[in-house]
Amino acid sequence: MKTVNQRAWFFVLPVVFLVAFNALIPIMTVVNYSVQETFGNNLFFWEGLRWYEQILTSERFHAALGRQFLFTGLILAIEVPLGVAIALAMPRKGVWVSVCLVAMALPMLIPWNVVGAMWNIFTLPDIGLLGYLMNHVLGIHYDMTQNPVAAWMTILVMDVWHWTSLVVLLCYAGLVSIPDAYYQAARIDGASPWKVFRYIQLPKMKTVLTIAILLRFMDSFNIYTEPFVLTGGGPGNSTTLLSIDLVKIALGQFDLGPAAAMSLIYFAITLLASWLFYTLMTRDDTR
Amino acid sequence: MATISLQSLRHSYLQDPRSEDDFALKEITLDWQDGGAYALLGPSGCGKSTLLNIVSGLLAPTGGAVYFDGEDVTGLPPERRNIAQVFQFPVIYDTMTVYDNLAFPLRNRGRDESVVRARVTEIAELLEVQDMLRTRASHLSPDNKQKISMGRGLVRQDVNVIMFDEPLTVIDPHLKWKLRSKLKELHYRVNATMIYVTHDQTEALTFADQVVVMDLGVIVQIGTPVELFERPAHTFVGHFIGSPGMNVIPCEVENGGAFVMGVNIPLEGDIVRSGKRIEIGIRPEYVSVGAGGVEGRVRRAADVGRHNILEVMVGDTRVSAITAGDRPNAGDSVCLQFRQDQTRLYADGWLATAAGGQNS
Repeated sequence: MKTVNQRAWFFVLPVVFLVAFNALIPIMTVVNYSVQETFGNNLFFWEGLRWYEQILTSERFHAALGRQFLFTGLILAIEVPLGVAIALAMPRKGVWVSVCLVAMALPMLIPWNVVGAMWNIFTLPDIGLLGYLMNHVLGIHYDMTQNPVAAWMTILVMDVWHWTSLVVLLCYAGLVSIPDAYYQAARIDGASPWKVFRYIQLPKMKTVLTIAILLRFMDSFNIYTEPFVLTGGGPGNSTTLLSIDLVKIALGQFDLGPAAAMSLIYFAITLLASWLFYTLMTRDDTR
Repeated sequence: MATISLQSLRHSYLQDPRSEDDFALKEITLDWQDGGAYALLGPSGCGKSTLLNIVSGLLAPTGGAVYFDGEDVTGLPPERRNIAQVFQFPVIYDTMTVYDNLAFPLRNRGRDESVVRARVTEIAELLEVQDMLRTRASHLSPDNKQKISMGRGLVRQDVNVIMFDEPLTVIDPHLKWKLRSKLKELHYRVNATMIYVTHDQTEALTFADQVVVMDLGVIVQIGTPVELFERPAHTFVGHFIGSPGMNVIPCEVENGGAFVMGVNIPLEGDIVRSGKRIEIGIRPEYVSVGAGGVEGRVRRAADVGRHNILEVMVGDTRVSAITAGDRPNAGDSVCLQFRQDQTRLYADGWLATAAGGQNS
């Protein structure tokens, strides 16, 4: 006779709890808000898909989404090539390795709101080092609170300064794992530096570079703290990225229903883009 | 193709070598003839890979010079020496097809695409990889990857030398044999100078016409496989080549004769050197059990089919013997006899008897 033993379930239970509290319950709470209207006092009214419709057709959302894609696109276009270039230029042996690694890791260790505050002060027109230099030495009008271009330049440069290191460190890890024999064989085969990069270094970096791009995409697409501290979304709405807009709707206007619907749409876009990118990048490996 | 000469090569990996021990290579002078198959044999760390990298130009020697056909190439980088090298781990370009891998060295040198096609097809046939030309190189098995990296060396017709740095390390044992015979065949067909670095005596002895045995940064002996087996110039070579290796038995010399435990051992010829450490060297194949000779106690006796392998303790020294006929048991006392023309004396490790002379 077969003995039936159900004790195995106890081993699965911790994971069930973890997933439930970590993902399922919070998301379902948001789903719950997104289909109802509330005026406080814990009173809810069924609204169906009205909030989704409202968000998807709202110009305000389109504008914020556009700014978000522009921001993420720009920082990826700067950070990825720059990160690869720095990783290639870093020494592979000797005492300078640890110096470079620590120098690279430093910006990433600074808390996000501190980064925002630092750059805020740095760019103040009259007392900030950069702001003073631009306005009073170089004579370029540079004021984040008035000039959208200045505001954009500042958040872009700040993000590049803060996060290029991540790309550098991941690529560097990929580069140092290449055995010397590959470079030696390439020299004997008469390969140019470009071909060494194209056929040896880039293929070996591909996996880590995919991870780096994915992480930078997700982080930059969800960025909140730094632009909030730096510009607060201004001047006007010029730097109001998706998450800043979301917080304005949810906490500023206390429109919980539309905010919940927007969060879910936001989440779906992030998920879809990440999935698409990852699938495309790893497609070759399985073929 | 070229004759390769090494002139008093020395190399140290230290910035500022002080003593002789700081040198990974100590004074190497050597000539390799055009079109020969050579092996560099020695244990790990003996300097053989260092020597190879100096010949290929990946490493600049601390001292000495490398000549290809009389031309000093010591200062030239590898890409200008016109050499090919196959590494321990197969180096292939993962993202390219097999065809593109083989074509890579030619395309880098700006050869015409029709020349490239003809040459790649020819080499693919030689290596028997015609049916893989369209597959991506990353999908190949390790032995095929190693074939492709050999192929990248062979496609260039004008290479001075093709060097192999322990190329069979990652290959499965049953494929090693196949690839080894393939290499030998390639050498006959392309007739290029080939240098094969290995610590495996079987690989070296089967591949090479001439083997250079190295130890601790010096060349111990250069010779054909038969010469290395028959007359090792150093006890190290005797030990390293053969299985089991040559027996080395401490002895005393008195009045021009050698004595082991008081028994006179007839030698192959006159003693021509002396030293602090005097030993007798004889291969197990030439040790037999008989009446009279050096006494010892059998520690282990194994019947391996066609012959017996005995391990006999003579005093504190272990002596191996390969014998035919009745096998003694462990613990038995036996008398060992050494065939005179194969019994040599070594002084401080180096051969100290003259060949073919009469024992005095």
